[in-house]
Amino acid sequence: MSDVTEVTDADFVDRVVMNPKPTLVDYWADWCAPCKQISPIIDELAREHGDRMDFVKLDTNTNPRTATEQGILALPTLQVFVGGRVVKSIQGARSKGALLKVLDEYL
Amino acid sequence: MSDLNLTGALGALNLNNLPTDEPAGSEESWQELMDDEQIRDVIIVGSGPAGYTAAIYAARAELKPLVFEGAITAGGALMNTTEVENYPGFPEAVMGPDLMANMRAQAERFGAQLVSDDIVKVDLTGDVKVVTDTEGNTYRAHAVILATGSGYRRLGIPEEDVYSGRGVSWCATCDGFFFRDKDIAVVGGGDSAAEEATFLTRFAKSVTLVHRRDALRASKIMAARVERDPKIVPAWNSQIVGMSGEKSLESLTLRDTRTGETRELPVQGLFEAIGHIPRSELLVGQVHLDENGYVLVEGDSTRTNLRGVFACGDLVDHTYRQAVTAAGSGCRAALDAERFLADLHDEAQPPVI
Repeated sequence: MSDVTEVTDADFVDRVVMNPKPTLVDYWADWCAPCKQISPIIDELAREHGDRMDFVKLDTNTNPRTATEQGILALPTLQVFVGGRVVKSIQGARSKGALLKVLDEYL
Repeated sequence: MSDLNLTGALGALNLNNLPTDEPAGSEESWQELMDDEQIRDVIIVGSGPAGYTAAIYAARAELKPLVFEGAITAGGALMNTTEVENYPGFPEAVMGPDLMANMRAQAERFGAQLVSDDIVKVDLTGDVKVVTDTEGNTYRAHAVILATGSGYRRLGIPEEDVYSGRGVSWCATCDGFFFRDKDIAVVGGGDSAAEEATFLTRFAKSVTLVHRRDALRASKIMAARVERDPKIVPAWNSQIVGMSGEKSLESLTLRDTRTGETRELPVQGLFEAIGHIPRSELLVGQVHLDENGYVLVEGDSTRTNLRGVFACGDLVDHTYRQAVTAAGSGCRAALDAERFLADLHDEAQPPVI
């Protein structure tokens, strides 16, 4: 049970890369309609599975450095970090069930 | 990037959005029929201008439509556009997502029940139609209006999957930002391609418009805009036959459609706007479709081969495909459904002696 919090260029390394817990990063921007549709699904996942995994979001518009470093070229993109490495990268909107299937091993 | 083709295998259902068991009819015999296993008047599958307009009309006819908007596709194709300049009533243009938000609010105002979930199974052949959502819940109705629209067409070359989200995109408004000062390409020759190419010049250093013919199919105003734009370079008579790049897209292989010669076009991004395919996969074997998957309707009505099943919008229309024509056909579907339900009501009445 937890909420989705914002990460920025300044704290991305501390809160995502160095996080001992598996972490899902939701890359979004306010001009991206599918991002708005996926956002409440990520909120629900955070509430239901926040004990096993951290859920954070990054506004690519105000944090371009991280988006560039991570090679983000499409929105929405979801990345799963485990032990400082990207173990999953999901591009495009997905339904909750499809996301649960992809994230199953971490939840 | 977004992918309208995703109908979603499983999804969330907000139970708070679900309707209660209110009876929908006013006359007694009709009401009994309606209350039997909660058979609704009409279920609308899909949103977008067709689905929402059908919902507005059906709601105003007091049919209490239950609308499945889609888990991640609610609002339809216009959600991924910017200014819509040709929807009547908006002389200064309207943003696609704003237009859809307004249609949605209008449907809701008149009592349409909106559910943000997908329908994954339909049984439309009987008198009572049954649709199933992603959680396996079933809903019944006498009439169903199909408005599931269309998804993006893909080029269909093997490298496309490799570079999808790594330079290849179907959503200029979502992903254009990442191609600031880059050389990119748009493939397609219609209004969508022209609009995306023009939009992308805000970010990109150059936009090559790749089209397999020697002229655009786009409307005159859009074609003229493309021609005037110094950042847009056309690549006529060209077909994309390959993609390459180490981590992300770096180059396209183009083949000249007349000579067969190939050449490399170094670009970091490719936006595809080569048309759409109807989302009719759930209907196969029940509703008559044409060879391209579009739903066939009777004459200029919205009636399908199945009694009580109506279809509208891009699911039917392979010719006009405009927001306003989709809205118009959504209206016709609701009126056709209303007439059908009125006839059904008459049949259910005991004969007058």
